[in-house]
Amino acid sequence: MVMKYEFYFLGNFLKNFPKYIKNVKIINNEIFILTSNKYFLNLLFILKNSTLFQYKILSDLTCVDFPNKFYRFRLFYNLLSVRYAHRLCLIIDFDEMEPVSSASFLYSNANWLEREVWDLFGIYFINHPDLRRILTDYGFEGFPLRKDFPLSGFLEVRYDEEKKRIVYEPIELTQEYRNFNFVSPWESTVERAKPFNLI
Amino acid sequence: MLAIKNQSLVLKKSNNLKNFTLNFGPQHPAAHGVLRLVLELNGEVILRADPHIGLLHRGTEKLMEYKTYMQALPYLDRLDYVSMMAQEHAYSLAVERLLKCEVPLRAQYIRVLFDEITRILNHLLALTTHALDVGAMTPFLWAFEEREKLMEFYERVSGARMHANYIRPGGVSQDLPVGLLDDIFVFIKQFSSRIDELEELLTGNRIWKQRLVDIGIVSSEEAMDWGFSGVMLRGSGVCWDIRKSEPYEIYDKLSFNIPVGSKGDCFDRFLIRVEEMRQSCLLIEQCINQIPNGFIKVMDFKISPPPRALMKHNMECLIHHFKLFSEGYSVPKGQTYTCIEAPKGEFGVFLYSTGTNKPYRCKLKAPGFLHLQGLDFMTRGHLIADVVTIIGTQDIVFGEVDR
Repeated sequence: MVMKYEFYFLGNFLKNFPKYIKNVKIINNEIFILTSNKYFLNLLFILKNSTLFQYKILSDLTCVDFPNKFYRFRLFYNLLSVRYAHRLCLIIDFDEMEPVSSASFLYSNANWLEREVWDLFGIYFINHPDLRRILTDYGFEGFPLRKDFPLSGFLEVRYDEEKKRIVYEPIELTQEYRNFNFVSPWESTVERAKPFNLI
Repeated sequence: MLAIKNQSLVLKKSNNLKNFTLNFGPQHPAAHGVLRLVLELNGEVILRADPHIGLLHRGTEKLMEYKTYMQALPYLDRLDYVSMMAQEHAYSLAVERLLKCEVPLRAQYIRVLFDEITRILNHLLALTTHALDVGAMTPFLWAFEEREKLMEFYERVSGARMHANYIRPGGVSQDLPVGLLDDIFVFIKQFSSRIDELEELLTGNRIWKQRLVDIGIVSSEEAMDWGFSGVMLRGSGVCWDIRKSEPYEIYDKLSFNIPVGSKGDCFDRFLIRVEEMRQSCLLIEQCINQIPNGFIKVMDFKISPPPRALMKHNMECLIHHFKLFSEGYSVPKGQTYTCIEAPKGEFGVFLYSTGTNKPYRCKLKAPGFLHLQGLDFMTRGHLIADVVTIIGTQDIVFGEVDR
């Protein structure tokens, strides 16, 4: 998919920005660049506009929640360069209290992607033009994709015949949610993917 | 005197007239599902469109975190419910990439075969419901006849007309039944004349052209800036198709062309979809001619279940079967963003695995989500009736937008 020399080219180039880049990982032919919250917009700007990269498309923006880690959240920006047929993933780590700068002035579609992350994870984006909830219900409370949010949620909705409208009530389950957690004593024979570090 | 007074009153009022705000949907047949659009109008001209989505949000990503990798697969069918197998394919590819498992060649051909069948299935629906919204009912009725035949192929191979659950990590769930390839071939042979009939009704049609030409123009810069993919990107003249540029499975062994638009309007995208169906027919034909015999899933019983016959004789296989369907397999630590060229555009699966049997996080990148975001800039300055045309050309399905 991606040629090996491109990795080294990229690795060497990125060494020129020691401040911006904390780590580069290559897992299964995909490049992941860990950068800091402070400098990530600068890096994003370079990656988008430099003739060497031309990552003009932000194809996806994702967050992952690690409640036990020092930096609770990790954002993944998946970039695509049509010019060089190349993909790259930019990662930033930050904790719960830290806001992140919005990338929507660089990529217009970051607008909704950030709204989604705000909606589901509760990450605040500075300078976002219109940070409203997007996927959840009007008046929803809580951030459903955080690991401490229960799968069943807190409210249930039904139509009340007497009031002639939809009512919200605390959820009532006839049976506890059964979480089959098989931590297997069996060893998996599947070989583990080993990331190797460039820097 | 009174009349003049009244007139000046009217004039005064019209000086500070507010723009008209119109609620479009969420129950509108042309909204292709549950889209609520808040339109700000000046007369009939649209100043701003604010899509409110999430009315079909089912929390798929959250649910998948509580399921094993195999149990999470059926959710993929239910995202974009008109291109089911393409999404299973993307998910399977992502899991296989983390597992580092190589899929047998026959399974790859079957996957591509059904990817292309899915593409025809999707485009038939997209084009003809678009035509229905714009006012042509006949293509819709004709195309659903053909879709029924295609869904029959789905049924014969998996047992389900739509939510197939057929392409699984490690291969496909079962081999093709006898005679299926012959029937698909017969279908392909007659299908190109069905496309001709569709084109006779629409391509040269004056009304159709009046509604589509120069409507919803997207420049290539805009298309990239808004993260468009698939037909929406190619319609604007960007030659980008993941099947060609980052070929997965056996696409590099097949020959096909990528139609690219020049103007970036709705009519270009219509023509591209029609041409893509023709190319899909060619691809299916090549697959049928080239498909080899062999396994249809990896013969690693840690990933795919052993054949029934083996389970009757072999204790080990029985244990594997039991462990696979209760505990599942654990996927090595790692993360991946894997995407395929789904009929609607780039459908991506971001998987984060911590080495357990359940995905720690699974993000599904739906092309429709980003396309719908572009609705605002695409409709600005157009008339109300063009909103319907633009929603149609974006090929929105709410299962995937809301997830």
